[in-house]
Amino acid sequence: MKKFFSKTSFLLMAMIILTNTAQAAPKIQHWKTDNGLGVYYVSAKELPMLDIALVFAGGSARDGDKPGVSKLTSATLNKGADGMNADQLADAFESVGAKFSSSSRLDRSSVGLRTITMKDEQEKAIDTWLKVVGKPSFPTKDVERSKKQALISLQAEKQDPGSIAIKAFYQHLYGSHPYASPGNGTEESVNAITADDLRAYYNKHYVAKNGILVLVGNITRDQAEALAQRISKNLQTGEKAAAIPEVTPLKESKTVRINFPSSQSHIFMGQMGDKRGDKDYYTLYLGNHVLGGSGFTSRLMKEIRVKRGFAYSVYSYFSPQRELGPYLLGLQTKNNQVDEALKVARDELNTFLKDGPTKAELEQSKKNITGGFPLRTASNADIASYVAMIGFYNQPLDYLESFSSKIQAITREQVMDAYTRRMHPEKMLTIIVGQQESKGTNNEKPTSKGSNEK
Amino acid sequence: MNKIFNRYLLSALLISAIIPLYAKDVAKNAEITTTTSSNKVAVKTLDNGLKILVKKDSRAPVAVIQVWYRVGTSYEHEGITGLSHALEHMMFKGTKGRASGEFENILAVNGARNNAFTSQDYTAYYEIIASDRIEVAMELEADRMRNLVLDEAEFKKEIEVVKEERRWRTDDRPTSLTREQFNAIAFLNSPYRAPVIGWMVDLDTMKLDDLRDWYSKWYAPNNATLVVVGDVDAEQIFTLAEKYFGTYKKSDIPVAKLRTEVEQKGLRSLVVKAPAKLPYLRMGYKTPAFINAKDNAKGNAKNPAEPYALEVLANILDGGNSARFSKKLVRGKEIAASASAGYYSMGRLSDLFVLSGTPSKGKTVDDLKTAMLDEIQLLKTDLVSDEELKRVKAQVAANDVYDHDSIDDIASTMGAFESTGLGYQLMDDFVPGILKVTAEQVRDVAKKYLIEDHLTIARLEPQAIESPQVDKTKDSKNSSKGGQ
Repeated sequence: MKKFFSKTSFLLMAMIILTNTAQAAPKIQHWKTDNGLGVYYVSAKELPMLDIALVFAGGSARDGDKPGVSKLTSATLNKGADGMNADQLADAFESVGAKFSSSSRLDRSSVGLRTITMKDEQEKAIDTWLKVVGKPSFPTKDVERSKKQALISLQAEKQDPGSIAIKAFYQHLYGSHPYASPGNGTEESVNAITADDLRAYYNKHYVAKNGILVLVGNITRDQAEALAQRISKNLQTGEKAAAIPEVTPLKESKTVRINFPSSQSHIFMGQMGDKRGDKDYYTLYLGNHVLGGSGFTSRLMKEIRVKRGFAYSVYSYFSPQRELGPYLLGLQTKNNQVDEALKVARDELNTFLKDGPTKAELEQSKKNITGGFPLRTASNADIASYVAMIGFYNQPLDYLESFSSKIQAITREQVMDAYTRRMHPEKMLTIIVGQQESKGTNNEKPTSKGSNEK
Repeated sequence: MNKIFNRYLLSALLISAIIPLYAKDVAKNAEITTTTSSNKVAVKTLDNGLKILVKKDSRAPVAVIQVWYRVGTSYEHEGITGLSHALEHMMFKGTKGRASGEFENILAVNGARNNAFTSQDYTAYYEIIASDRIEVAMELEADRMRNLVLDEAEFKKEIEVVKEERRWRTDDRPTSLTREQFNAIAFLNSPYRAPVIGWMVDLDTMKLDDLRDWYSKWYAPNNATLVVVGDVDAEQIFTLAEKYFGTYKKSDIPVAKLRTEVEQKGLRSLVVKAPAKLPYLRMGYKTPAFINAKDNAKGNAKNPAEPYALEVLANILDGGNSARFSKKLVRGKEIAASASAGYYSMGRLSDLFVLSGTPSKGKTVDDLKTAMLDEIQLLKTDLVSDEELKRVKAQVAANDVYDHDSIDDIASTMGAFESTGLGYQLMDDFVPGILKVTAEQVRDVAKKYLIEDHLTIARLEPQAIESPQVDKTKDSKNSSKGGQ
């Protein structure tokens, strides 16, 4: 045993020789396996490691009438498979230093593996992973534990004003649309979910035609093809999941105040943003870089933090999904400063919509985005995450290579045009979670009180 | 939703001056992730004492540049806590030659990502930038090493930002609040008792002169390390460093008082009451750190292997889904919703071995405490199995590879080791040190250090949060109201 380890570690150390010439953007190779699984592969030979990810159209948006089921499926996937129990699976992965991961987001469910590419270790890690991906058993005891954990997560959300605020933001922005479905579900929905519900979710979504495979690391194209074939054979062919319905934008402005015993209030403002592949994607992205996306050089940061000391963190972003994701502006400030901070944020947003960015600001943002682009794909982990996005949302394979030139070509007029068409300051959602300060005058009159949030 | 929420956190971090208030947790992670072949590290010390470490990684045309100062909370005393961190914030506010904001603008047009962080033992500043533009970052970092302008009006606003940061990180987070008070009770005289961000009253009474004094004391080439990792040439970095930093003179750096923690003479415990939904338990044993083993190796040689054994012990309990806490407490008996063990051992002073967690539904903090202490007891009586030891070693070796995926992680490890006095060479010694650990050594450190007289126990007792009241307003006039 001792011999094995010293051998392994010294071999690994010897293999870490970083001498290859730097590449501007990673080259993505794409093909389909026999049963329809799309493969996205990037060769990265410098480190003796491999990242694998399966990404399926799933996520909490497909929870239907069982909110929480997607996340519970992710959480229970590695708790039993092909005759192995949770302990045995964990031992099998970790005895070779492999890392299993699984996650459920808004509209996708992912299963990942990170392993070293020493032959025996890699084989054992992949064998185990294939069981988990292809033959999970969802044992009742483990499902029940996952449910208890989900209930604990719901409690954790309730003691954190930021979590309460972001949850309320999604619920009020999306209403009855599936994007409003809370990832951890509700107490009622989680209690009602059974092991069979998890199996049904798995059987429907974790199938070849409904997913893509990402491979980034130290394997050859031939090895990648063989591995992809093996992985896809291990999955049911299945069908593509139903499309997510279109999103309906807010019809009027709405402010929601939620009382919470915190020293700061958490503020989220926003509306519908854009989707992946949106014709305005680059324009909105560049504009927001000036407004709230570029850290200390953004207008929001300068006005709210640097000039006034109102907040530690203030930002805005678009979060494009398969359908329209949100545009969101966030900040936290001490309770008695909420009205002032909110006014500055709204003023900045409205000024930006009225006058747009200056030529100089736009130039600075373009330089920052294009000059900093190589930073985005500096690690295998970064590359794998971009490739997953590109593959899952059917973005062009030259997405990374062409990003900078697309940003470069945008004019100030185009930014103003896009923001005028897409942003509607008269239809904004504002969520404020914190201790209400009664200032007497100018308080917005609530239309309903004491209704139960969440 | 999960994705969005993660994004929100990420954005919040990226755009803000970060302090790892949980610097210890970061250090804990660093332990199993820090070995790299440091024979490829090029080292040079300038005449003025600035030490330079360069490591080449040409996978992408980028580089990370970090300047580390040996000053942090553990150099402060009571009444001035948070001073190092507040100064870190002010380091972005202009120099004699550059107005406030210029620094950020120059980096922005060069596509750089930049920020800073403060811990108990160091304050560090960094830029990640296309490797053909590193000179820009070097010039800016050199400038603010000695030419900072500390302006009263800027300070007045920025200290309010720091207070907002404190509310956000600690005051409104029940587990953070518990951790902060736990440290203040676990340590009597060690400076590790104070929070990195500082007590609120110290922020309220902090003066610009305090910052001036701190800056002139500690910000000097002979109290700093320049670390560069990426697609760079060491000779070129040395030349640039000489050009921009080489002009400064050495200064007299004060010697930090020892303040070695007095021996604990019995169990300590505390209760923290805060608005919360979930109880939380945090327990810590006084343990030696790598720095103690290093001192021992030099002179009064004694047990340099102990920190490695404690590190393995932490991984036996909590090194993934197959570790004992996961297997036995989270699954198995289902006592814990979460349970972790962390050995804080990479600082310049000795620290704690910490057990923490939240009981599962229907279980109490006492159930969790008993179960965790039973696990500690078991480590004292029974040898850990070959399989467990083998698993931990495989993970440490693999993590060493995974860590090389991030140039900023590698740079941070080098900088932290150098700044705490451990020396960047620990990157070389770490994996072999772990591989040598035996089951007997694990049992022996458990018996020697994980004893009740050296234990502190904190419980968070949740106080009711009233069912949130919701007020909804349809305010279709928002736009005109905001437009003025």
